[in-house]
Amino acid sequence: MVVNSVHWFRKGLRLHDNPALQEALNSADTVRCVYILDPWFAGSANVGINRWRFLLESLEDLDSSLRKLDSRLFVVRGQPANVFPSLFKEWNVTRLTFEYDSEPYGKERDGAIIKMAQEFGVETIVRNSHTLYNLDRIVEMNNGSPPLTFKRFQALVNRLELPMKPLPTITQEQMGSCRTKIADNHDEHYSVPSLEELGFKTQGLDPAVWKGGESEALERLNKHLDRKAWVASFERARINMCSLIASPTGLSPYLRFGCLSCRVFYYNLRELYMKLRKNCSPPLSLFGQLLWREFFYAAGTNNPNFDRMEGNPICVQIPWDHNPEALAKWAEGSTGFPWIDAIMTQLRQEGWIHHLARHAVACFLTRGDLWISWESGMRVFEELLLDADWSVNAGSWMWLSCSAFFQQFFHCYCPVGFGRRTDPSGDYIRRYIPKLKDYPNRYIYEPWRAPESVQKAANCIVGVDYPKPMINHAEGSRLNIERMKQVYQQLSHYRGLNNGSNLPLMGCRLMAPSSTILLVISLRAVMLGSDGQSEWFLLPTTHSSCHELHDCHDDLLSRAAVVCPFCHLTDHVVEVLWLPRYRTSMLSPLQGIDICMYAGVGTSCFN
Amino acid sequence: SQRGEMKRVKGDEDACSSSSEGPTESCKKVRKLQPSKEKHQEEEEETDVDLCEFGFDWALLPQEILLNIFQFLPLLDRAYASQVCRGWNQAFHMPELWRCFEFELNQPASSYLKATHPDLIKQIIKRHSNHLQYVSFKVDSSTESAEAACDILSQLVNCSLKTLGLISTARPSFMELPKSHFISALTVVFVNSKSLSSLKIDDTPVDDPSLKVLVANNSDTLRMLKMSSCPHVSPAGILCVADQCHGLRELALNYHLLSDELLLALSSEKHVHLEHLRIDVVSENPGQHFHTIRKSSWDAMLRHSPKFNLVMYFFLYEDEFGPFFREEVPITHLYFGRSVSKDVLGRVGLHCPRLVELVVCANGLRPLDEELIRIAKRCTQLSAIGLGECEVSCSAFVEFVKMCGRRLSQLSIMEEVLIPDHKYNLDEIHWEVSKHLGRVWFPDMMPTW
Repeated sequence: MVVNSVHWFRKGLRLHDNPALQEALNSADTVRCVYILDPWFAGSANVGINRWRFLLESLEDLDSSLRKLDSRLFVVRGQPANVFPSLFKEWNVTRLTFEYDSEPYGKERDGAIIKMAQEFGVETIVRNSHTLYNLDRIVEMNNGSPPLTFKRFQALVNRLELPMKPLPTITQEQMGSCRTKIADNHDEHYSVPSLEELGFKTQGLDPAVWKGGESEALERLNKHLDRKAWVASFERARINMCSLIASPTGLSPYLRFGCLSCRVFYYNLRELYMKLRKNCSPPLSLFGQLLWREFFYAAGTNNPNFDRMEGNPICVQIPWDHNPEALAKWAEGSTGFPWIDAIMTQLRQEGWIHHLARHAVACFLTRGDLWISWESGMRVFEELLLDADWSVNAGSWMWLSCSAFFQQFFHCYCPVGFGRRTDPSGDYIRRYIPKLKDYPNRYIYEPWRAPESVQKAANCIVGVDYPKPMINHAEGSRLNIERMKQVYQQLSHYRGLNNGSNLPLMGCRLMAPSSTILLVISLRAVMLGSDGQSEWFLLPTTHSSCHELHDCHDDLLSRAAVVCPFCHLTDHVVEVLWLPRYRTSMLSPLQGIDICMYAGVGTSCFN
Repeated sequence: SQRGEMKRVKGDEDACSSSSEGPTESCKKVRKLQPSKEKHQEEEEETDVDLCEFGFDWALLPQEILLNIFQFLPLLDRAYASQVCRGWNQAFHMPELWRCFEFELNQPASSYLKATHPDLIKQIIKRHSNHLQYVSFKVDSSTESAEAACDILSQLVNCSLKTLGLISTARPSFMELPKSHFISALTVVFVNSKSLSSLKIDDTPVDDPSLKVLVANNSDTLRMLKMSSCPHVSPAGILCVADQCHGLRELALNYHLLSDELLLALSSEKHVHLEHLRIDVVSENPGQHFHTIRKSSWDAMLRHSPKFNLVMYFFLYEDEFGPFFREEVPITHLYFGRSVSKDVLGRVGLHCPRLVELVVCANGLRPLDEELIRIAKRCTQLSAIGLGECEVSCSAFVEFVKMCGRRLSQLSIMEEVLIPDHKYNLDEIHWEVSKHLGRVWFPDMMPTW
């Protein structure tokens, strides 16, 4: 039987470690590598020019690598659902392969395509290679809900076997055995489009700081590992001016587009570590950034509302302000805070900013100063940030705005002090806001405090040449700390006015979605029989996946030794469950469990 | 056996939830309950069924039981229930159910949250305003919402409130109202409520004359007054409240209202023990000078109310701390919202013997080692600490934790704060600290993204 394969590239824009592509080649007679994009849609989509450029460069690179194997990339114009039927017929396709997409939107789209392929008698093969682990497995190990703390996630990952070993790059022989005739007019129909074709104006466009493509990714990987080997230290590096600037060894955009396989990165790091550390098995912390990525992917995989507040079971409902003008100032980098403006300018120009810079601007937009919804910030990042994965982007924004994942909210990054600590000289500011370049170091983070003479000497009058600060940070953060407390108090229940006023300043660690009641269930009587100081043992169960209580009970008994993901306790057995309100009546009959409502912390007040 | 059964329950659950959403909800409950005959809640469910079969008439439920049930229902469910029969409809309007109400005033254009329906507001004013006792208004960032809150307030002429809270959820929108408009609405409540005990009016244009009205009508009952960031109140205005309202236990205000006279008034013999005093120290313009409070005034306060909490939030520039922490202050909870110098933290260690909680959001680049150790030594009540953008060497931090030991119930330290040194790296520190705390501890972390 003749096998005519089509490999459909979406992410995973690479020939190395591409299991689905390997499946396409496996004893096939012809193979066509396809990328589908809709030029009409490009201009209107919420994706900025830097991201498009990165994508097109990645596709160019893919095409040129395929050429070396006597093949070509077919960039098909249109929408997948419309394009595939005609491709199936035209090319007599019998097999369709693609990389597994774990995100809800992708799963839905792929489901429809698989069904359509079936109708055409086309076999589909899907392989996971965008994430290290099988995310469904992680969710399953966590009793059907994604782990919501990073510690918990690490504990689960520790119990898993190592990620699958990466596969080798596609070879000439493999490609040769299923050579597909390339039509003379291939470029006419299937060439990689230009930015102009997608409707972007490229006049005056700065050269790309991040060049897309697998070749660039692999080169960077080598440099990255060389540097790691050179430093021979795997400790987290202290941030300074240099870390803020795009580095030639940075990899995150390449992981996002799949120009670099995360498993290749993982195993390279691992081997390097073991070589330098005499076969010590590497700690999980070595893979920090990779694991965070997995963490957010796991959190988002079954939650179609992961990118919004409403209807999102893990997201705290916070009464954010609607303030389009303020949002625009933030997005354009004209807040009047040079640190924030420099970061936003770098983001717009280059498509990448350091993760602490992300924290700074995200905190400023949301809980720190402007009190604007993280969803708006997330959309701006989606447009501008090269490495903005849907899950990682939404998840990080929820994290940074204290909307999910159990945050302390006492600490807001200061839009003046944080930058000054990182880069006391202010060179980073001067690089991205040339207007301020002649300000003395002392005032460069707060030019509005400079005396008029200094402003004149620097040729930049605040309020004329550079905006005044759009908000009084002291007042703003004071208000917002209060706002946050209100939100969290409401979640952890009203204590009434007479319950004393012993108020921890830090707010509470625990939170549950507003439709739930937070219960602390002590199982000490059952479990230990001891009466140590009361500590918590927690099972992260969100109301969306709430188990029957007897279910939990039994489950707990079998998991007495699991480390608590919230406060990381091993030897105490108190559990926090989030139950929908109607479930609370079921609690009392259980013997041996004393139940107390979690009273919450924070100022007693109105509710 | 029980395990096996459990698995089955789970399986059922999955099958059920994957089939479809809403309509299966009830079927889900039934199916989930069946396999566990030994559970008590099952029996409850069965009794319900029995009652129905015997023709029990729900309309005959005594009012007090109905009331009890209604109290647990959200308003919307009560509204639905009220359509069932006449009895339930009457129950819906029982005064007990309308003592407490939270008006949510949001404009669709400026808020993500739902608003209290205007018809409901009308209903309440018409039928239940005399029942209202505990009222709060949550207002979004638009002036219209704040205005609407004032309109409601000014219609509450025949009610006597016990608590009133004006809460701006996004921006301080009450500040944008014409002052006279706000004041006249607020004084309606002050005049009509003869037993107001709690008042939360942070970020509002309340002024001295309106506080006088409050005092004239509610001096015997007022227990709590929160008015942080009310720029139209003067030190004399708040002093008048403290002089007259001897039952005041909880007070929140900005530093510019704090005076020696106020502290002495609060510690007069006639005055009950103060439980809680919160002071926000906010710098309005750079380089602002702050007055000082005499040690003798704090001493008087402490003699009068030995257990009171003094909570201070600082949002100052580093160079504005001059007048603070020069002498002993009975602070219990201390929050530094902005960068604070090593010098000031050193003074905190010297002069805050009652300190219970300390949050330092930011500090310079030099490690806080000696400062923390001094705080551990001198502040023997310290039980919670949070550090944001600061630096502490790992060994100093371990020493700090060792000195405080298990009384540190909250220890929230950003991972970046801890600087590895010759004695401990980051992996070791988590064991070492856990050992001294008697529980497993990790630093807080932020995602690397």
